[in-house]
Amino acid sequence: MSSNKKYWKSVEELKGSSVVEALRQNEFSEDIPVDGFLEDESSLENSSTSRRDFLKYVGFSTAAATLAACEGPVVKSIPYVVQPEQIVPGVANYYATTIADGFDVANILIKTREGRPIKVESNKLAGATGGANARVHASVLSLYDTSRLKTPQIKGKSVSWSQFDAALGKRLASVSGDIVLLTQSISSPSTTKLIAEFAEKFPNVKQVAYDAISQTAALDAFEQAYGVRGLAGYDFGKADTIVAVGADFLGDWQGGGYDAAYAKGRVPEHGKMSRHIQFESNMTLAGAAADKRVAANPSELKQVLLGLYSAITGKGASVNLSDKLKKAVTAAAAQVKAAGSNAVVVTGIQDKDAQLIALAINSALHSKAFNPSEPKLAFQGNAAKVNTLVGDLNAGRVGALFTVGVNPAYSLPNAQAFVAGLKKVDVVVSFASIPDETASVSEFVATTPHYLESWGDVEITKGKFGLVQPTIRPLFDTRQFEDTLLSLLGSNVSFDKYMKNVWNTSILGGKSFNQALHDGFFVTGKKVAAAPSFSINTSSLSGKANGLELVLYTKTGMGDGQQANNPWLQEFPDPITRTSWDNYLLVSKADAEALGLENWNVANGALNGSVVNVKVGNVTVENVGVYIQPGQAKGAVALALGYGRTAGLKEEMKVGVNAYALYQNFNNVQKVSVEKVSGVHEFACVQLQKTLMGRGDIVKETTLEIFNTKDKDYYNEIPKVSLDHEEIPVTSSDADLWDEFDRSIGHHFNLSIDLNACTGCGACVIACHAENNVPVVGKEEVRKSRDMHWLRIDRYYSSEETFEGDNEKKDGFKGLSANLSGFGELEDPSENPQVAFQPVMCQHCNHAPCETVCPVAATSHGRQGQNHMAYNRCVGTRYCANNCPYKVRRFNWFLYNGNDDFDYNMNNDLGRMVVNPDVTVRSRGVMEKCSMCMQMTQKTILDAKRDGRVIKDGEFQTACSNACTSGAMIFGDINDKESKVAKTLEGDRMYHLLEHVGTKPNVQYQVKVRNTKEA
Amino acid sequence: MKKVANGNLIQKLTLLVVTFLLSLSPIVSHAQAPAGADAAKGKELFNSLCAACHKRYKKATGPALFGVTERHDTEWIYKWVKNSAALIASGDAEAVAIYEEYNKVSMNAFPQLSNADIDNIIAYVSEPKAAPPVSSGGGEFASANAGQGGSSAVQNLVLGLLALVLVVLVVVLFLVNKTLRSFAEKQGVELPAKDERKPIWKAFIENQFLVLVSVVFLLLLSAYFVYGFLMQVGIDKGYAPVQPIHYSHRIHAGDNKIDCKYCHSSARVSKHSGIPSLNVCMNCHKSIGEVADATQAEGLEKYGVDYNKQIQKLYKATGWDSDKQAYTGKTEPVKWVRIHNLPDFAYFNHSQHVMVAGVQCQKCHGPVEEMEIMSQHAPLTMGWCINCHRETNVKVEGNEYYEKIHTELSKKYGVDKLTAAQMGGLECGKCHY
Repeated sequence: MSSNKKYWKSVEELKGSSVVEALRQNEFSEDIPVDGFLEDESSLENSSTSRRDFLKYVGFSTAAATLAACEGPVVKSIPYVVQPEQIVPGVANYYATTIADGFDVANILIKTREGRPIKVESNKLAGATGGANARVHASVLSLYDTSRLKTPQIKGKSVSWSQFDAALGKRLASVSGDIVLLTQSISSPSTTKLIAEFAEKFPNVKQVAYDAISQTAALDAFEQAYGVRGLAGYDFGKADTIVAVGADFLGDWQGGGYDAAYAKGRVPEHGKMSRHIQFESNMTLAGAAADKRVAANPSELKQVLLGLYSAITGKGASVNLSDKLKKAVTAAAAQVKAAGSNAVVVTGIQDKDAQLIALAINSALHSKAFNPSEPKLAFQGNAAKVNTLVGDLNAGRVGALFTVGVNPAYSLPNAQAFVAGLKKVDVVVSFASIPDETASVSEFVATTPHYLESWGDVEITKGKFGLVQPTIRPLFDTRQFEDTLLSLLGSNVSFDKYMKNVWNTSILGGKSFNQALHDGFFVTGKKVAAAPSFSINTSSLSGKANGLELVLYTKTGMGDGQQANNPWLQEFPDPITRTSWDNYLLVSKADAEALGLENWNVANGALNGSVVNVKVGNVTVENVGVYIQPGQAKGAVALALGYGRTAGLKEEMKVGVNAYALYQNFNNVQKVSVEKVSGVHEFACVQLQKTLMGRGDIVKETTLEIFNTKDKDYYNEIPKVSLDHEEIPVTSSDADLWDEFDRSIGHHFNLSIDLNACTGCGACVIACHAENNVPVVGKEEVRKSRDMHWLRIDRYYSSEETFEGDNEKKDGFKGLSANLSGFGELEDPSENPQVAFQPVMCQHCNHAPCETVCPVAATSHGRQGQNHMAYNRCVGTRYCANNCPYKVRRFNWFLYNGNDDFDYNMNNDLGRMVVNPDVTVRSRGVMEKCSMCMQMTQKTILDAKRDGRVIKDGEFQTACSNACTSGAMIFGDINDKESKVAKTLEGDRMYHLLEHVGTKPNVQYQVKVRNTKEA
Repeated sequence: MKKVANGNLIQKLTLLVVTFLLSLSPIVSHAQAPAGADAAKGKELFNSLCAACHKRYKKATGPALFGVTERHDTEWIYKWVKNSAALIASGDAEAVAIYEEYNKVSMNAFPQLSNADIDNIIAYVSEPKAAPPVSSGGGEFASANAGQGGSSAVQNLVLGLLALVLVVLVVVLFLVNKTLRSFAEKQGVELPAKDERKPIWKAFIENQFLVLVSVVFLLLLSAYFVYGFLMQVGIDKGYAPVQPIHYSHRIHAGDNKIDCKYCHSSARVSKHSGIPSLNVCMNCHKSIGEVADATQAEGLEKYGVDYNKQIQKLYKATGWDSDKQAYTGKTEPVKWVRIHNLPDFAYFNHSQHVMVAGVQCQKCHGPVEEMEIMSQHAPLTMGWCINCHRETNVKVEGNEYYEKIHTELSKKYGVDKLTAAQMGGLECGKCHY
């Protein structure tokens, strides 16, 4: 029957068209044009290369290639002629130094191998300042930047230093007008002294300190109140109540570095933890960590501060706020008053009076967390003086301009006026290490070394000095600014000797210089002793916003933009937006709807967004991508500074827009108009899922009250599974398919991650990058979710006001339709969501799903708890990644080293100098993942074996736990019952990620606790 | 008369002999060795006290000592040797001149030496340089070889003779056979006719079973050898490249018994054993500018190497001027050819094996002390590593780190001694990360 049926492929076939018949006969619809080549017989015959010759050549060249391939490569080894005593090939040396680049300041240790700096570590000696953040960790890569200038230059031509000195000296001798040094903040006692000497020799020398991200308001306020130009010190660990008004004090507020102390004050096991209330416009790290976050636009923030001031001290004016904000301010003020000297109020409003109010409140409270006697001195910038200088330049009053460590032609809001003014200056000298915007318009470029090649000192806080020492010989023909000054002074002393002399005579007080150099810092203990006086003019703080306000902020990865050529930082996903390789306009959901702005995901999961023009005054920044940010205050939009650089950058790094053009008068809040334009902006966002969708077992969170009063099972229940219709905990051995392996002997490593202490700062991400040779893949690949980070920090928003609200809502679903619509709603983050960070790396499951599916046994389990990955065995089936419930395995889709398509640091010899020699550089087609820093645990074990001693707790570290300053990551051996991780394993807050899957991970998470108690 | 004549004769003869000796021997006239000095004792003293800085016929840190008595008064020498610093301080012109000439390096004081000791030393240093062995040094060796190989030569001779006899017998037999045949033919004796047999290869081809079996056998055999060959790819066992300086481990580690870790010191603390930097070589070679003559001859004869030239290469690389006894500052690092090349994905740590496990270097590197040219002894394959880890017991004695883990693990496995494998030494991640 069926044989009667006839099928046609098309109507033409049914009609019996001749075309169909012809096509059926011919495999190709058109003839292959061989004739054109073969028909010309005469030319073929006359050709000197016959077919035979051709075959001969092919044969010979194949044979030659084969023969050549038979010989193995000859590897040369070149030992030192005279080996330095300290250097043993294969053994790392550590040197203490200090970074002070005008934006970040910290005492750090530099790990060097075979004389090459390869990693930055925090200096953990007691008394050292500031932990290293993500930018500091990445700064070692900037040393190996191929864009760096290699010689000094005059008018763009390379010259020698003697030529340079001669030419510059001659020009300076005949200069008329002022000689202005436009420098980054200099709090170096030696450099300050040297500049003074320079000013003695040359008349009319002026120094102007300039911070690209201005701290002027806070500096002016502190100077007025305490008589010293600095920033008040804070120890948030000593505070019971913290109220922050527009201050991202866990981010870059006033130089940063406050997160470690903050985390110390928030350990639930102590029975109490600080209560943190945050008023802010953007969603920041501090806002994410806060117990209570109130979104308010910048104008409202001023009123909030004023309201707090009058409520706490009884002074000040009446405020004009919405009821909701008023209520929040009253509640916060009540808590501050109740806490008394245990409270602290900080603000980031760039206004002198606002800063004075914060100082006055803390002073009135006698806040224990407030320390004006040891102010931070690393910031000295003065916006007014910079503005005056630009005027002077254009008026022709400046004869010579030295720019030192700053890039005003890029970072000044009035950069055009600055560049125009340069034309009226006789001698322009740029002290720069890459040919940046300023260097390219300067006649003289005095090429400076990276800070890891330089000497220096810095008074970080009053009485606390950091020392900078070189960790490698200068890679290029560079000379630091101070040495150039010395040579202009005609001195033949090098700066290191000069500095040592200054230290011995005026700082050390007889103590050993070598000891200070070994420690990297020195504390004299001198303090500021002055009774404060406050005169506050509150009138500047009133005023309502008309229309949108723009907040200019710095991204955790990029900071002020001086490391824009650093691929690690470019690829670093912002902790809040999870977006890399970009800056964008953050807009609240309400404002986005009003302006018709959208974000959407395309088929491969990548995020796209609308494009706008941003206009402040008469300056327009065009084609800015829009990112709709949950928690963004209505009426406030935000744009990150530090992007949009072009000069001296690789093509791949020229991303984002330059927001400095909008940074008018160094005020980070501007009136703005936003206009939608046609086009689509493509983001490189690594996290699609925004909310937790009520899955409270992924990020467990509870309140301090519950934690203190209720049983563990109430807030941290172990998941149950059914066995013979009875519920048993999933951790019970009855619920186990596998035979348990005995791990009680030897070491068994565990990593504990305290979600309560994690601020999402991302130092661990970059530390992991550096330690494990993780490749950079670029924006396009990140869009395809092919980022290679071994450690990611997931960020979740709540859909309701709180995560608890999400859980309740989810549990309340009844019936299918409620389920469907309800989960749809849960996908949308709230207007002002709670935020949780969760660092996720390979969980090193004891029952690892990846291990069982590998067809070649490339991934296997070690007795010490680590899940091993043998790269040379991997054939790239990617079964393991499919079977991993945590999605932590990363596949090398391409060869990322020595590949011109990925022209980042691993594509040049200079950039490869940062590679850690103890870790394999992976090739294409290989799966990779976190190894729990096997190379580090192995080294610790070996050192102990060699010394014949038992390993103490704290000796075992991973790159991430070493980089974590807030104590959120603790690594150790749980078979050592006295170790911290063994104790956290037994603690009430401990849980495992996706515990119900039964993978038995060796990474523990600690429940996040918020202090929700209102006063 | 007779007596007188005799006496005269003896006197004359003595005189003659003495004059003859005096005129003959430049030694005596040159060196004026103190009477009664013992050169043998002097040699002992010289080697233990002086040789670090002085050579007999060549300038080193200090001047060459041959002919020192010509340059200086013996009494002066006594003073100088016992306390040169005092002599210089006293402003003695000769002493100051030497001090200035030799870069103001003052000589150690030897107050323990008696004048007799110094005389002995002077006697030793005053011996003339022995004539260099005639380049027929090789001849000596050849004859020695001949002497040694004497017995084998005789055997060869006997064997050769026997072989000759056999050949002669075969020829004779053939000739006899031929003669007999021709006799038979001539006398009309009929020789039995030979059957025409099938050639063996034809028979073989016709027997299909045999063909099949032999084909299978051949295939198996070739597979065996091809597999063996392919398994050798990338394994450089026996790799002994030509190095820029012919460095003999045989002389250094073998003859002179220098500890491996004296030069390869980083094997104690690092994953790399390290190729010694040239300053380590110069610790000794600053004063060893030439090898012993016998060694030099052996090198020329046996290995075709001029050792002294090799030392000159070292001097060139380090920029050492042996005439001025000073560094010129011009260095040329030596580009050695690396012999042991472990792939990047395998982690190996020397200090773990050398210091913790106490493994002898020779276990992996072979009899280095016998190697004239260094070569790779072990295959360096993973199987080779693992085998050793399976067989070798962990050295736990006196190491506090192992105490707990060893008692617990040996209880678990029920053994007294644990192998590296039982300790976890076979886990992938221990070497691959």
